[in-house]
Amino acid sequence: MSLLLYALLILFGGSLGALLLGKSKLASRVGAVAVLLATMLSGYLALQVLLSGQTLTFSTPWAVPGGEFRLLLDPLAAFFILPISILSFFCTLYAGPYLAHGERSRSLAPHWFFYTIMVLAMLLVVTAANSLLFLFAWEIMTLSSFFLVAWDHHLKEVRKAAWLYLLAAHCCMILLLALFVLAGNYSGSLNFSDFGPLAELPLTSGSLLYMLALFGFGVKAGLFPIHIWLPNAHPAAPSHVSALMSGVLIKTGIYGILRILSFLPPAPAWWGWLMALLGAAGALYGISMAAQQRDIKRCLAYSTVENIGIMFLGFGFGLVAAAQGYPTIALFAFAGGMLHLWNHALFKGVMFLGAGVLLQATGTRDMNRMGGLLKQMPVVGILLIGGSLALGALPPLNGLISEWLIYLGLSQAGISLGGFNALVPLLLIGLLGLVGALALLTFSRLIGISLLGEPRDPSIAQHHATAPAMLISMATLLAGCLAIGIYPQGALRLLTPALSSVARLSVGAELESAVAPLGQWALLLLAGLILCAGILTFLLRIGHRAQATTWCCGFRFSTVRMSYTAEGFSELSAAHLMPGIMRPHLQREKVEGIFPAATSLAQTSPDPVLIRILNPLFIAVGDRCQKLRWLQQGQLPIYLLYMFILCILLLAWSVWTGRGG
Amino acid sequence: MIGRIALQLAVLLIFAPLPLGVINKTKALFAGRIGPPVLQPYYDLGRLWRKGFVISRTTTWVFLAGPVVGLVVPLLAALLLPFGGLPAPISFTGDLILFVYLFGLSRFFTAAAALDTGSSFEGMGAAREVTFSCLAEPTLFFALLVLARGAKSLNLGSLFGSQLAGQWQGDASASLGLILVCLFVVLLVENSRIPFDDPNTHLELTMIHEVMVLDHSGPALGMVLYGASMKLMVMGALLVRIALPIQTGSILLDLLVFLAGLLTLAVLIGVVESTMARLQLPRVPQVLVGTTLISIFALVLVLR
Repeated sequence: MSLLLYALLILFGGSLGALLLGKSKLASRVGAVAVLLATMLSGYLALQVLLSGQTLTFSTPWAVPGGEFRLLLDPLAAFFILPISILSFFCTLYAGPYLAHGERSRSLAPHWFFYTIMVLAMLLVVTAANSLLFLFAWEIMTLSSFFLVAWDHHLKEVRKAAWLYLLAAHCCMILLLALFVLAGNYSGSLNFSDFGPLAELPLTSGSLLYMLALFGFGVKAGLFPIHIWLPNAHPAAPSHVSALMSGVLIKTGIYGILRILSFLPPAPAWWGWLMALLGAAGALYGISMAAQQRDIKRCLAYSTVENIGIMFLGFGFGLVAAAQGYPTIALFAFAGGMLHLWNHALFKGVMFLGAGVLLQATGTRDMNRMGGLLKQMPVVGILLIGGSLALGALPPLNGLISEWLIYLGLSQAGISLGGFNALVPLLLIGLLGLVGALALLTFSRLIGISLLGEPRDPSIAQHHATAPAMLISMATLLAGCLAIGIYPQGALRLLTPALSSVARLSVGAELESAVAPLGQWALLLLAGLILCAGILTFLLRIGHRAQATTWCCGFRFSTVRMSYTAEGFSELSAAHLMPGIMRPHLQREKVEGIFPAATSLAQTSPDPVLIRILNPLFIAVGDRCQKLRWLQQGQLPIYLLYMFILCILLLAWSVWTGRGG
Repeated sequence: MIGRIALQLAVLLIFAPLPLGVINKTKALFAGRIGPPVLQPYYDLGRLWRKGFVISRTTTWVFLAGPVVGLVVPLLAALLLPFGGLPAPISFTGDLILFVYLFGLSRFFTAAAALDTGSSFEGMGAAREVTFSCLAEPTLFFALLVLARGAKSLNLGSLFGSQLAGQWQGDASASLGLILVCLFVVLLVENSRIPFDDPNTHLELTMIHEVMVLDHSGPALGMVLYGASMKLMVMGALLVRIALPIQTGSILLDLLVFLAGLLTLAVLIGVVESTMARLQLPRVPQVLVGTTLISIFALVLVLR
């Protein structure tokens, strides 16, 4: 446990050091070294806890009423600390050269201050064992990530995105405050260890707590339909921050839900159905929106909504199966959700860091202006293609393993449940298949438009060098993806203690033996591909080989502007697969006359939930509130009168309630 | 097991181009022509093997990865399937999901290879291929789940096991009939046949698969064609096994039944191609959605 404390202290020291050193280069070094050291310690500790299955605690008094500085490191916390440590480590390694590329004159000290504080807060959130400490850490995490999102605050869109994030995060804070106050009220203490009485709650109060947790933490996690901050905040933040936020920060929301579920009585089936159906809807919605974005980081942000949806589908269906008495099915679904959480941290890390490299090299996030980058940046290109395969859940990488576990849970329910009970899981399989096919569309598009073909924009400079530290951090994350794809048993063995505490079931060897063939298949596939590629290379070596231009069906004056754009690629799916409200918005001028003048066409795809539901809702609420302006008279005596009236009311209330006691 | 794997691969490698020749012969007969010999696809492959490469300056290694993945994936996917009465060489619980995603991998690389040429034609083909497969994939899942529900198992080996013959006589026969139709449509879409795509045109704006491989040449094109023919055979094996669930016990007889079924399927595809016109492009998603609904209906029937 002392290792975790050391890690927290190092992070705290590092953040202060970075801030005090100010503009000097040393500030960046101090911040980076602090995070690297601390995450190594915490990662090692998490690994130890997961391997041994033990629980560590630490407690010291804290001069806050009801608060206590109490930490708990059980397998569930370690399950989250491990990806937080790994991803923070590599993002930090990447951040140095990435930030050095930016404006030279700007001091990086605030960045490193907030960055180390954010890592500190994430570690604290998943280990806090006292409600006040948890909320304190949660708020610090929100604020530090807000300042990191707003790093490029000279841009208007960044300010707007950060503001939306802050608003959404504090709406979720309101629900969380209510949740913990209620929980503390029921159990009589704010310490998690005293939350035992919550397990005997009647269904209605338990459901109230569950709903508060699901939607309160769901905002942070990016649960559909309250994901609205996420597609704007991820593109706005610097790439390593996006990677860290998408990879692990939003998962603290899932941690919160799982932690609260562990206190509540065994979940009735409808809790699970609610979570699973919101997850499935989010997966479909997220990937459909991702398929239409031309901003590479916004596309990845929507894919985060999709993946979070898949995780919620796994967890939710696990709850359903557990409630209906099918422990094996529940185990598969939970294991799929949990493994997907790790997998997503790895491959989304690769993708966001890779997108950052592209952004740095081209100066734009617009896929339509990229193109042909694989030739100029072969290593980054391969890493991005690998990440896309993993994100598309394609063999031999790790994305398939976790989705396969969820598929297996659903299909086992589908073949063993009686009659029409089986219909929903079976339909969910088809839906997951559709999500998979759309993911393939999205990522073949992302790769094809941004990396392949001819350079689309000649104004973008050629020849880019990428710092080795950036490449190493991406390559190591991708190697992790491949390792889980080839040896999934290892990852499952590691998450077994956490899985058994989440599922409240004992886990045998059935999961490991079930995934083992997939790992062997991944090897077989790799061997087959290498063999076949070897044959083709040999033929290329010995055969006659000519270079030519791309065949354009006899047309000789082909230009880059004729090649497919991101919008062109997804036009067919947008027009024929998506419902009307999700289609991109077109702004075009009218073409008139026999000899029309030059005209323009612009396409955007804003978030339908935000612009169609939430924006009008908040505007309407704001308009209603305007009518209360007469209360604000602006004169001191009137405000004093308000206070007086309030005091009288409170007095009356306390007298009235005290009467019964 | 090694013997079974070798047999399966040998059957696939030897007979895969044959159905293509039969399809073309059928179409020729319908059109009143003599047509190319049935073995023409073999001659084509042999000729391409001996030719040199012409490679676009725009392309990278991804362009060559397309044919490689397109060849390896059907070979490996075939190991999960029974060929008629011959049982599947490798089988494990949940392999039907791997089967679907393996073809996803080949689609990813075919589309990426097409985009790698930078040509607008090939980009168009890639966009269509990945879009239409969004609708074909759920149908394939539902069809396999109907069988899984009948077999009470989740591996392809027992999905297409000997219980199929009994199911045709029982309550499930209607569902089996429906998914046979669905799988036939999926086969036509995935293998780019009329009415969804025309394998004979290269220069028209309505085709999908052929336009994606426009820039391949020589042995790489040979690999693409060989891979496509193996994909047809693998998808065809699904249909043949459902339609002819005969298990004689003798390897040779089983093999003959399987090949006869496959050639009948090829004739059927030829008949469809000769008698139908290509669908208008906006109609394709509508037909595919209809097929998905039919497969859901089959699922509901089997749950009843």
